[in-house]
Amino acid sequence: MDLSWLSVADANTRWVLTGASLLGLSSGVLGSFALLRRRSLMGDALAHAALPGVCIAFLLTGTKNLGLFLVGAAVAGLLGTMAISAITRYSKIKEDSALGLVLTVFFGIGIMLLTVIQRMPGGNQSGLDKFLFGQAAALVGSDVQLMTAIAAGLCLAVFLLFKEFKLLAFDPGFGAGLGLPMGILDLLLNLLILLAVVIGLQSVGVVLMAAMLITPAVAARYWTDRLATMTVLAGLFGAASGALGTLLSQLGPRMPTGPLIVLAATMVFLVSLFFAPRRGLVARLVRFLRLKRQVARETALRAVYELAEGAGDPGAAIGLEELRRRRGITGGGALEALARAGALSPAAPGAWRLTAAGLAEAHRLVREQRLWEVFLMHEGELGGAAVDRDGALVPAALRADLERLLRLHGLEPALSPRSATHTARGEGA
Amino acid sequence: MDWYASLSIIAVGALVAASAGMVGCFLVLRRLALLGDAISHAVLPGIALAFLLTGSRGTLIMVLGAGALGILTTFLVQSLQRAGVQEDAGIGVSFTALFAIGVVLVSLFAGKVDLDLDCVLYGEIAYTPWDTLVVGGINLGPESVWIMGGIFLLVVAVIGAFYKELKICAFDPAMAAAVGINVALVHYLLMGLVSVTTVGAFESVGAILVVAMMIVPAATAYLLTERLGTMLVLAAAQGVVSAVLGYFVARHFDSSIAAAMTTVSGALFTLAFLFAPRTGVVARALAHRGLRQESARGLRV
Repeated sequence: MDLSWLSVADANTRWVLTGASLLGLSSGVLGSFALLRRRSLMGDALAHAALPGVCIAFLLTGTKNLGLFLVGAAVAGLLGTMAISAITRYSKIKEDSALGLVLTVFFGIGIMLLTVIQRMPGGNQSGLDKFLFGQAAALVGSDVQLMTAIAAGLCLAVFLLFKEFKLLAFDPGFGAGLGLPMGILDLLLNLLILLAVVIGLQSVGVVLMAAMLITPAVAARYWTDRLATMTVLAGLFGAASGALGTLLSQLGPRMPTGPLIVLAATMVFLVSLFFAPRRGLVARLVRFLRLKRQVARETALRAVYELAEGAGDPGAAIGLEELRRRRGITGGGALEALARAGALSPAAPGAWRLTAAGLAEAHRLVREQRLWEVFLMHEGELGGAAVDRDGALVPAALRADLERLLRLHGLEPALSPRSATHTARGEGA
Repeated sequence: MDWYASLSIIAVGALVAASAGMVGCFLVLRRLALLGDAISHAVLPGIALAFLLTGSRGTLIMVLGAGALGILTTFLVQSLQRAGVQEDAGIGVSFTALFAIGVVLVSLFAGKVDLDLDCVLYGEIAYTPWDTLVVGGINLGPESVWIMGGIFLLVVAVIGAFYKELKICAFDPAMAAAVGINVALVHYLLMGLVSVTTVGAFESVGAILVVAMMIVPAATAYLLTERLGTMLVLAAAQGVVSAVLGYFVARHFDSSIAAAMTTVSGALFTLAFLFAPRTGVVARALAHRGLRQESARGLRV
């Protein structure tokens, strides 16, 4: 296998890698805003719509010049956007069908022109078919210089208009209220997205370019709740995917770069989906299991307490069989965990009793539980409409009333901890 | 021989367009046009794997592979949505990833199977007349005509059998659920039809252009009528007209036939958009002017 491409000193490799990273960077940055504007699939339509523009530019000039192609692509993309808004505005067709219409019809015209060009004498050498699935290796120095200029312009525009675009993404109505020209800003954002698509055409191709707007931005969304961080991260993810996909494509002789860049971005997305802190699936699973374990322990501790309460003896030994029969608690896992935490101590094989610390904690838990039950009983009279039900927190403002009602119902937990409550609190479960 | 070739190409194109057009009506009505787009892209790895595993164009295996991928896409989009990804982004992430895998498979094994990227894009309808079906030594004509004919009949049969269910789900899913229709099942049935049509049309018009045949004729018909039955017929008719005219346009310009069909279909849509009676842009402009003149006269009197 020829590994000379690995040498970054090779000028051509450097150009190609720079180009691929730049396209990832700009589409990641713009993609963040497209995602928040729920305009992800607009990128797909714009990219497909660019194909006839590229073909017409070639037919008119007869030369292969990336700058001209980009102009053609931008004009066609703009026409596509206008067609989408005209169709949704002047007919009963909804936006999704309008997007699909423009995407497929423009692409059909593009393929028609492309096949006409390829069957013309010399047309096969035009390299236009590389615009379908991308061929980063076809990038030369002047192309990359042009791309650098556009990418820098895009990043600068986003940096300067960051606050305005942020308003546009989250609350356009508020922005309009502040007197900002939201319509113009929206159009500008569309134009910038179009330019980001155009940069990517040569490396990723029109068919899969949409992924570069969507995937890095969705991946970045998993790591942060701040737009600025998300934008930077999406840019970095995009750039890394561009470089990685291009390197991978050098492994095989006939491999178009577009799909590999997209798959690299998909890998980044999958890693984010599973392993991002807080929002990732693994983190959520861990959180869920931890909560489940905590609830199981609290339930078990309350059960032991209430059975001891029934026996009238805080030191009563409560057997597993009794817990299962009377409280539906199966398995000793939660009980053993409570014993390890010092809330229970083994009284006999398969039986536990409360320790001093456990008694205090259990007393507190049982009391909170019963206050909540009393609250539910009297909710109508107390006016608890504003209470967070899932949080199961007794509303602080009603605490004194509820404690009075608790005594009235005779539900005050009978076994009060002998030691001072505050030393034991928090040690159990 | 030329008329035989032309006729078989037009027949396949018309069958593809009519089947896709009818399925597309439900996509357009349920605002699922983009999910249809996504599925038609996403079945590619299924088709490529079926090619690789069997080494032939065994159509049943292709249908199974593509059908599985179609359902997988629908499922992926829903799972991503449940994991907190908004719907449009979920569609975008899943279909681009699957399509990319498909393209990589096709490029990696392009030498080993009779399948290439051009076929993925715009099909090989021009070769239709020479892939003939031979049963017991008797030449029954182009295989694609039989396959697409079968799929067309399947689409007609399924729509006929579940017409009421599909109709209620298209217009009012909440009511459909209330009267005891399994809305999820109808959804998967529709996605299954989309996948099957895509597979059947794949060889003739390619994975990308088949979605044009799903959306454009249906959208045209949607502009022209307000009755579902009429819409289905009109969509199929628009597709057939596009196929016939597209063939001659392609002959004239020496271009891809499938792409020319799409272009003609787009032109027919534009005509409907501009000149549809009552709802077209021109009709509405005229009505608007008439109204203005009338009110101006009213003011003078």
